[in-house]
Amino acid sequence: MSWILTVLSSSIGKKYIMAVSGACLSFFLLAHLIGNSVSFWGKEAYNSYASHLHSLGFLIYILEILLLLLFLVHIVMGITLFIENLSARPNRYAVKEKERNWSASTMPYTGILILLFLVVHLVNFHFITKTVSTAELVKTTLSNPLIASFYLLSLSGLTLHASHGFWSLFQSLGINHQKYNKLLQLGGLAMAVIIGTTFILIPLLIVTTDSFLQ
Amino acid sequence: MNIIHLTLKIWRQTGPESKGSFKTYESGPITTAMSFLEMLDVLNERLILSGEEPVAFDHDCREGICGMCGSVINGTPHGPEKKTTLCQLHMRHFKDGDTLVIEPFRSRAFKLVKDLIVDRSPFDAIIAEGGYVSVNTGGTPDANAIPIPTFTAEQALDAAECIGCGACVAACPNGSAMLFVGAKISHLALLPQGQPERSKRALAMVKKMDELGFGNCGNEKYCEKACPKGISISNIARLNREFMKAAFCSVEE
Repeated sequence: MSWILTVLSSSIGKKYIMAVSGACLSFFLLAHLIGNSVSFWGKEAYNSYASHLHSLGFLIYILEILLLLLFLVHIVMGITLFIENLSARPNRYAVKEKERNWSASTMPYTGILILLFLVVHLVNFHFITKTVSTAELVKTTLSNPLIASFYLLSLSGLTLHASHGFWSLFQSLGINHQKYNKLLQLGGLAMAVIIGTTFILIPLLIVTTDSFLQ
Repeated sequence: MNIIHLTLKIWRQTGPESKGSFKTYESGPITTAMSFLEMLDVLNERLILSGEEPVAFDHDCREGICGMCGSVINGTPHGPEKKTTLCQLHMRHFKDGDTLVIEPFRSRAFKLVKDLIVDRSPFDAIIAEGGYVSVNTGGTPDANAIPIPTFTAEQALDAAECIGCGACVAACPNGSAMLFVGAKISHLALLPQGQPERSKRALAMVKKMDELGFGNCGNEKYCEKACPKGISISNIARLNREFMKAAFCSVEE
């Protein structure tokens, strides 16, 4: 079975790992987004969603461990690729290409920003002894302008990351077909923008409107 | 025919181990009908007469089909014109007074030889691993004796257009050779003659590509934009598919 290791440690194999873990994380993102969107229906709905989620008990721990593994794979592989690629082009050009592919070129950097966000986000809402309801916790935490602006910045970074990632994962897995290329490109971009803006809406609404989650 | 004057900032480096730097030259009068390489020829004639070492650059056919020439002009391999090799880039695309920064292709896998010349023999090493058909295909077959749909033949020919100039590697921020290998793999994988060695070829060429120090593809598409032959990144996707099929579905290891 050593052939599997050979395949997965090749340059293309590493991209398969990035693509598959990225696709799984995209599904998590979508699930998280749907959960968050319950907050648009008010405090009661949101609290009830949170308590239902927590009542999953044992299952939630398994999902958390799986999610942690997914993130670790994506992060470790991403950093490996970043370092390898830096050393594959040791000398930079004096003049940079004028037309930059921003979302693609910033993948490692938006990735690191998302990693920082992940730590802050978990400290804010996961590794905390909850004394108030989830809605109140969200409201008070994100009322801090410093935290809110960091959330806005990071979630914009996430949107940029996903706007390249959604299409890129298909390309890495060899899914490129003239009948579907437009759909994959525009669909990926649309998904990134929809997911990104909906996530951003929550800290934005908390900062701008008093009645949200009240 | 117009005459233009340019300022040229050219990378000068005496050898692989020495430290290089930019040197600025005035082009003197350049007619716009000249090609980019002819402009460098004019500069070199002047340098030789003044006793200075001429600028070393690669070139051969000067018809845009051999893949020998290529430098990075103001950040773009082969210069600003789309689907054009450096030898086919004419000076009418530049304006009087322009400053051109001329650099060699830069990547870890392509070692610098001198000035603008880099060693692209790693491409040959990749081809030697499987970029060929080693079964006896017989004499010239009768037309249409082997049925190949026109579209498939066109795709194979589009991939076969690759002249191996290395602009894709030069343009890639990761110094990846995926567009080159994708083109070579696609060219043979699409045709019946390429089938017997299809899996072996994909695994061997990718293995060699990794060994030679090329980077990983980030799907950033700079290669496609720089390619003087317009090789599409759909060939990279095909390489990803071919490698997957060979790795997981064939008996080759």
